Amino acid sequence: MTLDEILEATEAEQLVAPPFNMDVESACASDLMSDVLVFTKSNMVLVTGLTNPQAIRTADMAEAPLVIFVRGKYPPKETLKLAEDMGIAVLLTGYTMFETAGLLYQSGLKGLGKLPTIRQEH
Amino acid sequence: MKRQFALLGFMGQGGALSKIHELIREMPVSRVMTVSPFTLPPDATMMELKGLLQTHRISGVPVVRDNKLVGVISIEDLIHALEEQRLDEPLAEFMTSEGLITAHAQEPVMEALRRFESTGIGRMPVLDARDILVGIVTRGDITLALLGALQDLYSEAEAIGDRPQHFFAALESENTSLQLRYHVEKDDFAHGGDASAKIKRALLRIGASPQLARRVSIAAYEAEINLIIHTEAGGLILADVQPGEITIVAQDAGPGIADVDLARRPGYSTATPEIREMGFGAGMGLTNMERCADEINMWSALGVGTRLQMRFKVSPEEVITD
Repeated sequence: MTLDEILEATEAEQLVAPPFNMDVESACASDLMSDVLVFTKSNMVLVTGLTNPQAIRTADMAEAPLVIFVRGKYPPKETLKLAEDMGIAVLLTGYTMFETAGLLYQSGLKGLGKLPTIRQEH
Repeated sequence: MKRQFALLGFMGQGGALSKIHELIREMPVSRVMTVSPFTLPPDATMMELKGLLQTHRISGVPVVRDNKLVGVISIEDLIHALEEQRLDEPLAEFMTSEGLITAHAQEPVMEALRRFESTGIGRMPVLDARDILVGIVTRGDITLALLGALQDLYSEAEAIGDRPQHFFAALESENTSLQLRYHVEKDDFAHGGDASAKIKRALLRIGASPQLARRVSIAAYEAEINLIIHTEAGGLILADVQPGEITIVAQDAGPGIADVDLARRPGYSTATPEIREMGFGAGMGLTNMERCADEINMWSALGVGTRLQMRFKVSPEEVITD
């Protein structure tokens, strides 16, 4: 999906422009940054409600060229500045994470597929 | 702008020349335009236009109704109104509303540049996919941005210099190793990920494949975040790079881990609620490290500290040979 298509599908606002055009194939939606890094595909969109700069660093680690913040949460200056410096595009949508994910999935963006079970002990 | 071209490197592009081509072909207008330009509604008077042009020393503005572009008006139109002493009349009487030449926010700047060439105009309103005015772009904006980007690319290429044909082949010794060391401060979330990002770039510069650089840096990142979250006084990250193997060590002076095996269980986390609110504490840090590294050794003693060592075997496929 191109940025235009994503902007339209999620009725999003562009906060940081990309340094070059992109065509992403998959997306990951999460508020837990470590979870994002568990199984990553290059060239994916990160959808998150976490607006601190760590979301951008995680996107950089995961090689995601685009971050979409959900629920209309306008991120702080530091987050946008970091995204600008790192060359990561940022969008803001008013839709919740569930709806944003749904809209992107409907438009053809793939997820990571079914993952194997990891037993979690607490 | 420099980090953006590091990202280009990850995307598996070729040498510097193809990066330049990529840049020139792909840079979107949204990147170079002036966002939120001055605009006026069609019912504003020519007198108001005069004030706006004079105050801001510009030569024209888009005319906008409900965020949609309905026309453009310039100094020529103002002169026309002045000659006929019709300054009280609305912009709608003088503006150009037919055959408006515009640029699209996502189109490559080269397309916009061609349009400037063929029409001879100096500026274009920029519309997004929903035909909403999002900016204004001049020919100068594009050429300045391209020049700036070329400059960044050249200095990045210069910094990389001659890439060795083989990982470390340029150096001669019986056993060469490159050591990178970083201090990590406790609670320093603002810089969390800095050390790992630098390790990643260093690896790419000396010939590691994107896959190798990624798995080493993700593991380093998790270790770095742990030092920030869980230590009493921060710690040290050390990356030891040899041709066949990379070792990442993260060590601290406290508080130590009571049960290392428990810590390594996926999902287990001792993160406080404040930490979890920042998106950490999923309990996947050590699990991620285990997934990325070939071997992990962890030593810890309560009241003393923790030492985490991760080894990454470098296979031939994980090295770039030109």
